[in-house]
Amino acid sequence: MAVDSKGALTAAPRETLLSVRNLKTYFPQDEGTVKAVDGVSFDLYPGGTLGIVGESGCGKSVTARSILGIVDRPGRIVEGEIHFRRRAIDGGAEADRMVDLATLAPNGPEMRAVRGAEIALIFQEPRSSFSPVHTIGNQIDEVIMLHQQLDRRQAREKTIEMLRRVGVSSPEERVNQLSNQLSGGLRQRAMIAMALSCNPSLLIADEPTTALDVTTQTQILALMRQLQQEDGMAIMLITHDLGVIAEMARDVAVMYLGRVVEQAPVDEIFHAPRHPYTQALLRSIPRIRSGPRERLTPIAGSVPHPYDRPSGCPFHPRCPEFMPGTCDRQAPSLRLVGDQHAVSCFLYE
Amino acid sequence: MLAYIGRRALLAVFTVWAISVLAFVIIQLPPGDYVTSYIAQMAASGSVVSEEEADNLRIQYGLGRPIYVQYYKWVKLFAEGNFGMSMEWKRPVTEVIGDRLWLTMVVAVSALLLTWVLALPIGIYSAVRQYSLGDYAATFVGFIGLAVPNFLLALVLLYLGFTLFNANTGGLFSVELQDAPWSMAKAWDLLKHLPIPALILGLAGTAQQVRIMRANLLDELRKPYVVTARSKGLTEGRVILKYPVRLALNPFASTIGYTLPYIVSGSIIVSLVLGLPTVGPLLLRALIAQDMFLAGTIVLLLGVMTVIGTLVSDILLVWIDPRIRLEDS
Ligand SMILES: Nc1ncnc2c1ncn2[C@@H]1O[C@H](COP(=O)(O)OP(=O)(O)OP(=O)(O)O)[C@@H](O)[C@H]1O
Ligand SMILES: [Mg+2]
Repeated sequence: MAVDSKGALTAAPRETLLSVRNLKTYFPQDEGTVKAVDGVSFDLYPGGTLGIVGESGCGKSVTARSILGIVDRPGRIVEGEIHFRRRAIDGGAEADRMVDLATLAPNGPEMRAVRGAEIALIFQEPRSSFSPVHTIGNQIDEVIMLHQQLDRRQAREKTIEMLRRVGVSSPEERVNQLSNQLSGGLRQRAMIAMALSCNPSLLIADEPTTALDVTTQTQILALMRQLQQEDGMAIMLITHDLGVIAEMARDVAVMYLGRVVEQAPVDEIFHAPRHPYTQALLRSIPRIRSGPRERLTPIAGSVPHPYDRPSGCPFHPRCPEFMPGTCDRQAPSLRLVGDQHAVSCFLYE
Repeated sequence: MLAYIGRRALLAVFTVWAISVLAFVIIQLPPGDYVTSYIAQMAASGSVVSEEEADNLRIQYGLGRPIYVQYYKWVKLFAEGNFGMSMEWKRPVTEVIGDRLWLTMVVAVSALLLTWVLALPIGIYSAVRQYSLGDYAATFVGFIGLAVPNFLLALVLLYLGFTLFNANTGGLFSVELQDAPWSMAKAWDLLKHLPIPALILGLAGTAQQVRIMRANLLDELRKPYVVTARSKGLTEGRVILKYPVRLALNPFASTIGYTLPYIVSGSIIVSLVLGLPTVGPLLLRALIAQDMFLAGTIVLLLGVMTVIGTLVSDILLVWIDPRIRLEDS
C-alpha cells in the first residue's frame, strides 16, 4: 500500500493489479441522490484474494459493477479512479500497463475488451444468471468467440474443456442443455467456467455461494481456490459471510455505507480489528472458539436510509467511540496504521 | 418438439371442427330449410325453381334426414369447394366472395406486419430509454392511437388525401384496375394501396403492442442474466437484442393468434369507409339479410385462417422459447 507524507493512501504502487481510489458511484433519483458508493479505496494484488464484507446495502455490488463499467442507469461513477493493470499483449511486445477504468466510456471498445476477458464476474443468483432460453454452451461459446480468435467449433471445444475443468460431468451433453436443467451447484460451476474461459487476471465473485447449500458452498469455494492456484488470477470476493472470508481471503476490506472503513490482512482483521465498526461486526457473529455462554452483541442502531447519510463519519450515530465535534463534523480518510493495515477513523489520526 | 406441434395441430383441427359446427348452426338458424327459403327467394324475384332441381338440392344437402347427416353432407360439399348459394346475391357463395377472402387476409396480415415492424423497435426503445423524451412521445402517440377510433382516422386520412393531394386514398386498387384480371401491374397497384389501410388498422394494435413490449422488456432488463451478458463485454445493442428482447418476445408472439381476428372484425367499418373489397362488409350485409350460407361460409373461413394464425404463433413460440420444447419431452 502506498502512503503520502500524512500517512494517507495515495496512488497505487507498481505491483498492484487493481487499485481503487476514492470511488463514488451515485444514483440520482427523484427522492434524492443515492450515494451507493461514496469514496471507496482499496488495493488488490495479482494472484491475491481480497474479501469485501459489509452489511446489506453498503455498496459492495455497486463497487463491483463500477469496476466493470456496468452500473445500472441512472447510476454512474461521479468521481474517483480505478487503476487496473492490463495484460501485456501476446509476446510481451508491449509491457502491461495501468489504465484508469473510471475514465473509459462504459460501453466503449477498451472497456469491453477488459470486461469478460481480463475482469470476469460471477454472482449470486444461480437460477437466473444464465439466460433461460439459450443453451449453456451457446452462452459460454459467445464470450470465448468474442475475446479470442476462435471459430464456433474451436470455441465449443474450449467450452467443453472448461466445463470439464470445473467438474461438470459429461460436459458434451451439458453444453446443449438449458440452465434450468442444471442444479444450482452445477449452474454456479458453469458460471465459473464461463467467467474463467478467457483466463482473466481478476475474478469478481459477488456472493457466489450465498444461494447454495453448505456442502455445495464448500465445493464451490474449493474449486475457486484450486482454479486460482492453477491460473493465478486474483479474486475479489464479496460476501456477508465472515466464515467464507476466513477460509478464502488474504486481505479484507470492510465496507460501511459506501466506504471502506478498514483494510488489512485477514488475520489482523480477525485478531486485531481497529475500526469500531469492524469490532462490532465481529462481536455480532458466533466464533468457533467462543465459550458456550458468550453472548453475541448485535450492532447498535440500524443502517441509515440511503438518501439520508449521516454527516462526517457515516458510522458515528452507531459508534460506541463517538467523539462529538469531530466524528459528526468531518469525514476521516483511510490511513495506514500498520504495515498493510489501513483504517478510516479519527481514533487513529 | 414434434409432439408439441402435433398436439397443437390436433387442437387446431378440433377448433376448426368446433367452428364448422358453429357455422352449420348459423346456416340452420332461419326458420324453414334451405331449399324452401331458396325457392321462396327465387319466386320473389320472379324465377321458378323446378321440382327436379329442388329435389336434387334436397338430396344433396340431406334435408329431411337426421341433423348429423345434414352436417356431414354440408361439410363434404364445403370441402369440395361448394359453399352453397347466396340468397341475396343469387349466385354461388364462392363467386360472391371471390378475391375478397384473400384480400382480407392480405390487408390483415400487412396490418399485423406493420404492427410488428413499428411496435418492436418503438417498444424496445421505450424500455431501454425509459422516461426519456422519446419514451414519453411514444406513450403519448400510443394513447392517441388507442383512443381514436380507426374509422375516424380513416375519414381524416381520406379527407387529407383529397384536400392536400387531391388523391383518392381509399380502396385497394386504382379505379382503372379494379375489375382488370390479375397482372403484375395490378399486384403492384395493390401494394401501393396497402400502406394506408394497414396503418389505420394496425395503429391501435401497434399502440397496444408497444405497451406490451415495453412492459415485458422492462421486466426482463432487471434480470441477472442481463448483467451476466454485459459482464462478458458484448456491445450494449447485442446484449439487449440477444437476451432480454428474446424473452420479451415470448408473450408478444403469443398475441398474434388473437390479433388477427381482432384486425379482421375491426376492419368492417374501416373497410366501409375506405371502400376496401374485404369480407368484413360482406359479412355484415349477409347477417343483416339473413344470407346464411354466405355468413356461415365467411365465419368458417375466417375461423380457419385464425386457427392457422394461432398455429403459426405457437410454432414461433417454440422457436423463441426452447423451454416449451423441454416441458413437453
Ligand atoms: N439500480 C439502482 N438504483 C438505485 N439505487 C441502487 C441501485 N442499485 C443499488 N442501489 C442502491 O445502492 C446501495 C448499495 O447497493 P448494493 O447492491 O451495492 O449493496 P450490497 O452491499 O451489494 O448489498 P447486498 O449485500 O444486499 O448485496 C443500496 O442502498 C441500493 O439501494
Ligand atoms: Mg450485493
